[in-house]
Amino acid sequence: MSNPDRPLSPHLSIYRWPITMAASILHRATGIAMAVGLIVLASWLVNAAAGPDDYLAFQYSMSTLPGRLLLIGWSLAFFYHLSNGIRHLFWDAGKGFERAQANRSTWIVFASAAVLTSLFWWGLS
Amino acid sequence: MSLRTPLGRVLGHGSAKAGTDHWWAQRVTGVALVVLGLWFAWSLLQLHGLAYGNVIEFVRVPLNGILLSLLCITVAYHSYLGIQVVVEDYVHSAALKVASLIASRFAHIVVAVACVYSILRIGLGA
Repeated sequence: MSNPDRPLSPHLSIYRWPITMAASILHRATGIAMAVGLIVLASWLVNAAAGPDDYLAFQYSMSTLPGRLLLIGWSLAFFYHLSNGIRHLFWDAGKGFERAQANRSTWIVFASAAVLTSLFWWGLS
Repeated sequence: MSLRTPLGRVLGHGSAKAGTDHWWAQRVTGVALVVLGLWFAWSLLQLHGLAYGNVIEFVRVPLNGILLSLLCITVAYHSYLGIQVVVEDYVHSAALKVASLIASRFAHIVVAVACVYSILRIGLGA
């Protein structure tokens, strides 16, 4: 039977978070956020197909402050998940596993997400 | 000396039974979404504030309608695969796990069908 006093191996809460660990959980968090965001992608198309009045109502709801913040969040999630996903493909090919490389590529991914999101909203406005 | 059966060696599935299908599907849809996702983001920038007329005109172009449909189907599949892993990692009760996976699959199929239906409706000019 399980003994509550048995020695345990160190778990997540023990470690100081390396930046790669934050990048890893962010990949999952942004993926979950975008899964929810699919509802908005579908709503956008459904309302466009429904006609100009429905589309305007949808556009209005997305132009409010909460709507705008959600869209900015989802675009940031998209560009982060995209950039980090490409890094995952390099890892799948066995490249970039050295600690220095992984730390450097984490910062490249963060920078790429920030730059692409900024460029996107700059281009959209 | 290998302890694996000849059949196991031929199938090459290791001990997981289900093999590596999930892993591969996630990678292949991921690669497709790099292309489709960037195309979509770039396309949104051409639509001048996403005004109604511009969006309709855009979706009516056959190539755009086809790529947009592919994006919706692929992203729904990729999203389902990702959520599946999250559920398997964090939901430990067998009943709740199966229920969550089925609910997630239904929700993702609804999203994909709603998108493709809307694209067709716009494209065919209903």
